[in-house]
Amino acid sequence: MTQPRRSFQVGTGLFILLGFAALTYLATQTTSIANYQQGESYSLKAKFSNIGQLKARAPVKLAGVRIGSVQSINLDPQTLSAIVMIAIDKRFAEIPDDSGAAIFTSGLLGDQYVGIQPGGSPDMFKDGDEVILTQSSMQLEDLIGKFLVGGDTAKKGDQAKSDGSE
Amino acid sequence: MNAPRRNLMLADALAQVGAVGLFLFSILAAVPKSLRHYRETVRQVWFVGAMSLVIIMTCGLFVGMVLSLQLYYVLTNFGGTAALGTVVALSMFRELGPVVTALLFAGRAGTSMTAEIGLMRATDQLSAMEMMAVDPMSYVVAPRFLAGILAMPLLACIFNALGLLGAHLVGVSWLGLDNGTFWGNMTSTVEVWSDLVNGVWKSAAFGAVIALIATFQGYTTPPTSEGVAYATTRTVVSSAIVVLALDFVMTAFLM
Repeated sequence: MTQPRRSFQVGTGLFILLGFAALTYLATQTTSIANYQQGESYSLKAKFSNIGQLKARAPVKLAGVRIGSVQSINLDPQTLSAIVMIAIDKRFAEIPDDSGAAIFTSGLLGDQYVGIQPGGSPDMFKDGDEVILTQSSMQLEDLIGKFLVGGDTAKKGDQAKSDGSE
Repeated sequence: MNAPRRNLMLADALAQVGAVGLFLFSILAAVPKSLRHYRETVRQVWFVGAMSLVIIMTCGLFVGMVLSLQLYYVLTNFGGTAALGTVVALSMFRELGPVVTALLFAGRAGTSMTAEIGLMRATDQLSAMEMMAVDPMSYVVAPRFLAGILAMPLLACIFNALGLLGAHLVGVSWLGLDNGTFWGNMTSTVEVWSDLVNGVWKSAAFGAVIALIATFQGYTTPPTSEGVAYATTRTVVSSAIVVLALDFVMTAFLM
């Protein structure tokens, strides 16, 4: 009589373990937790006049390689531009401090990410530095507007962009 | 001429809802006592959970595979096959995992709860327990209710995991999508709390509802073989309706 009872208890334990293993697997491997930085990171600041659909924890890429993620997105009340805080993995510490940041879209329907375009300065970014050269997210409406109205608005758009990135 | 009968039907339906509500309260009142002899709950988790694994795993695998295949054909039209992993994961975690698992659970475990308790009622075992001052609510009903709440979320998680495996098999191994794109887009979009854990809450609620309906139908069945048969059918039908309705309500409020 004890034998069957023990076997169903073992089976129940196995079932519960299997269920929690599945939950842990799903939580850590298929959700955004998998993208959390494991190692040390340093943060950079970048101002954009328009961030489009960029979201917190979006990837930061250099030459297509993921080197960090977006920590937070805020609005600067003075310049009315978006402040994007970027966390970059300590392994990628050698990034020239005149590098630029731009917001790209991966594919037609893909998510937006921050792309770093390396510069040529001998000095490297340090923790808390600001990325001066930024390029905002490409807005389909702006593109259509430029196309319809011509060069005039394009100049205005550039003006606004350079204002925003100062 | 028809009005009195309609009123009677309405009154019957209301009385039924009220009876289920009272039954829920008496289960909740019996839960502390049933926790003291937890062996029966463990045995029920084994019976409704571990014994349902085969059907849950098989169905999860096939649901994931067919979802992947269908979405691949649809997304190809938009050039958006990169989003396949994301869409499969989101639809499994948020909807299909909890709901399909609940419907299978009602068919696999809910029916056997109703039939078992109904036969106990029909063969006067429940009355015998009451005569021996053994409370059937805490010895028979509450352990099954607890087992339903415990087993459903675990089963839904296993269903989801197997579904993703099936989606991976079809999308990556068969249709040749890029492995990194499949998982990378998924991890950048799917959120733990708002997607995965909300699905887990949903499935726990479904487990409670199914166990409540199944035990209620068994407990209040007419003590005949025909009565048990009707009660078992009613368990499946009303579980399916209530689960799908509750799914809508919970989705509207939770997400």
